Amino acid sequence: MAKQLIKNDQLIDDNWQVIALADEATLEDAAALPIPAGPAIIPALVWLAQRDALRSRADAGDIAVSLAPTFRVEDIAQDVQRFAMIAVEFPKFIDGRGYSTARLLRERYAYRGELRAVGNIGRDQLFYLKRVGFDAFLIPPGQDAAAALQSLNDFPEVYQGAVDQPLPLFRRRTA
Amino acid sequence: MYHYDATDKAIVQARVRQFRGQTERFLAGQLSEDDFRPLRLQNGLYIQRHAPMLRMAIPYGLLSSTQLRTLADITGRYDRGTGHFTTRQNLQLNWIELSKVPDILEQLASVEMHAIQTSGNCIRNITTDQFAGIAEDEIADPRPWAEVLRQWSTFHPEFAYLPRKFKVAISGSLDDRAAIRVHDLGLQLVKNDAGEIGFTVYAGGGLGRTPLIGQKMIDFLPWQHLLTYSEALVRVYNRYGRRDNPYKARIKILVKAIGSEEFARQVEEEWLHIKDGPNTLTAEEVARVANQFASPAYAAYPASTSTLASIATQHNDKAFSRWLERNVHAHKMPGYAAVTLSLKTPGAAPGDATVAQMEAAAALADEFSFGELRVTHEQNLVLVDVPHKDLHAVWQRAKASGLASANIGLLADMIVCPGGDFCSLANAKSLPIAAAIHERFADMDYLFDIGDLELNISGCMNSCGHHHLGAIGILGVDKHGEEWYQITLGGAQGNAARIGEVIGRSFAAAEIPDVIERMIETYLAQRHADEAFKDTVARLGLPPFREAAYRNNESAGEAAHG
Repeated sequence: MAKQLIKNDQLIDDNWQVIALADEATLEDAAALPIPAGPAIIPALVWLAQRDALRSRADAGDIAVSLAPTFRVEDIAQDVQRFAMIAVEFPKFIDGRGYSTARLLRERYAYRGELRAVGNIGRDQLFYLKRVGFDAFLIPPGQDAAAALQSLNDFPEVYQGAVDQPLPLFRRRTA
Repeated sequence: MYHYDATDKAIVQARVRQFRGQTERFLAGQLSEDDFRPLRLQNGLYIQRHAPMLRMAIPYGLLSSTQLRTLADITGRYDRGTGHFTTRQNLQLNWIELSKVPDILEQLASVEMHAIQTSGNCIRNITTDQFAGIAEDEIADPRPWAEVLRQWSTFHPEFAYLPRKFKVAISGSLDDRAAIRVHDLGLQLVKNDAGEIGFTVYAGGGLGRTPLIGQKMIDFLPWQHLLTYSEALVRVYNRYGRRDNPYKARIKILVKAIGSEEFARQVEEEWLHIKDGPNTLTAEEVARVANQFASPAYAAYPASTSTLASIATQHNDKAFSRWLERNVHAHKMPGYAAVTLSLKTPGAAPGDATVAQMEAAAALADEFSFGELRVTHEQNLVLVDVPHKDLHAVWQRAKASGLASANIGLLADMIVCPGGDFCSLANAKSLPIAAAIHERFADMDYLFDIGDLELNISGCMNSCGHHHLGAIGILGVDKHGEEWYQITLGGAQGNAARIGEVIGRSFAAAEIPDVIERMIETYLAQRHADEAFKDTVARLGLPPFREAAYRNNESAGEAAHG
């Protein structure tokens, strides 16, 4: 199978299994969800419900959380350093909430681990996604991930300070 | 005006390459219509009734003559010879071939122009006062701040997929000519007691289906914090604005739902995290940009040589005097005036300019106004630096090109969207309504007698024609597949911005000129001396106008709808 995961500007294999929760799931459902052994991406709600039981697995690097657009990143702020990876979901690419989530994780909560964009994203979003702090992109099956990789360099310069380049152009222009 | 450096050029050229690639992928079937739509919209490209429409950015309405000639060339080469200036101070072309758009963008880039973010759910072209830099009542020139905001908002990585579009306007004068209170973000330049520059910030204004006046967020935002505060504000909107219903997705709905105080509190809380961060503006950057808006080399005319009245007396020509009265505006420099080139000539669609008119306007700018022009949100062009001694020559030349209708601020100076003739969103046509009103009120004596009157027409609830802000507003509505027109009264733009009130059930297109005329007659009969239409409406209220509008009018027979 073609590699669809871009990380650090390269195509690599994806070893994470995704554990999903129904859209309408309650905290009780989240508490009852079994988490199989091995590296697992779990919904943030499941982490909140099973935090104590999963802490050692997280510390061993086996737990990543995924954040739905409606999930407030503030609610896991104290735990972000425990995760080997955080996935931000884009059910629709026109829903841009995940861009703010990413900046908050990087800039406010100093998260330095893998930050992965997943869902309905493609090459036309990668440049902006990279700028707000994503360093991994799961390109949906059927899309040419190798071609998408090229778009990370669509623009030679940027105006605003963001995560990849904290200094706005005006602080660098006169140099 | 602002000139691109090598970096600005490289960024715009990269955009052209990127969009060329996206267009090729779309045409090759590698990119679906749904995936392509937001990408093309953020390059100003709509798929319209007859053909794609391309909206090209004219940042804060400022144009060089070279840029206007390029727009004329593009209009002639790729369209059918007429462009439409919009209320966001942009230019739209209605007959564009999709496959040619990358070439058009490349030609725009060659004169430091683009179509970036002229549509889509992102931060749009920033608008300001057409008299920026020359107005007598100016507190500070808004153009450098508009350019700083243009750069900040261009390809802002966090805000390309907002819940809905986001419009910013900035005013630098006492008299708000930029309609800042009906923008998602409205900025008023102010000075504090120490003489330092800052902004009074308003948010949550907008027209459309739910017209609302913007609410004050902060009285005095020191200029250094313009970008960080804006970033905090748009971030709160990006995170919490509604995304379930496009009609309820503008920031105004969020501000209204949680209350402006609570919204301002959330923005403040967010801002405190990023305040004084790297995006804090520097005096060096502001100076670098502001230097590019330095005044041109004005000739030193003695303060008392000429007044508009003395020029009128000297030429003793009624038509010229009328043009001086309506189309010529005060200037901070003695011996200079600003001139509005009217794009509201009866017989042509309001805001439309032909290739020949664009070229003529560019030539006038070169000869008489330091090679620069402005586009107004009322859809006219302005030469801002015309010496008094040249006014007569400018008038004659403008007249020869059909750009000298002496109707600025009068009923004939209507703001009108393209409507159902072109726009696929429209419920009804707006251009034939404007044409019928032009025809009915063709007599200049009558127009001058009526005096200041803003009449605005939108072909649908999206309100591109700002009908809510017209002293008379006309809105096209669809009733069972038929085009009807609803009338509002009492709207106003500027410092006293006000949303007009619907007078009652809607009218058929053919009734509109009579209805307008009966309301005007009511005004003429009841006005006090020197009282403008909107002031008479404010004094008397709607009833006498409503009575006049529906007199002799049993045929409309439609239930009221609000």
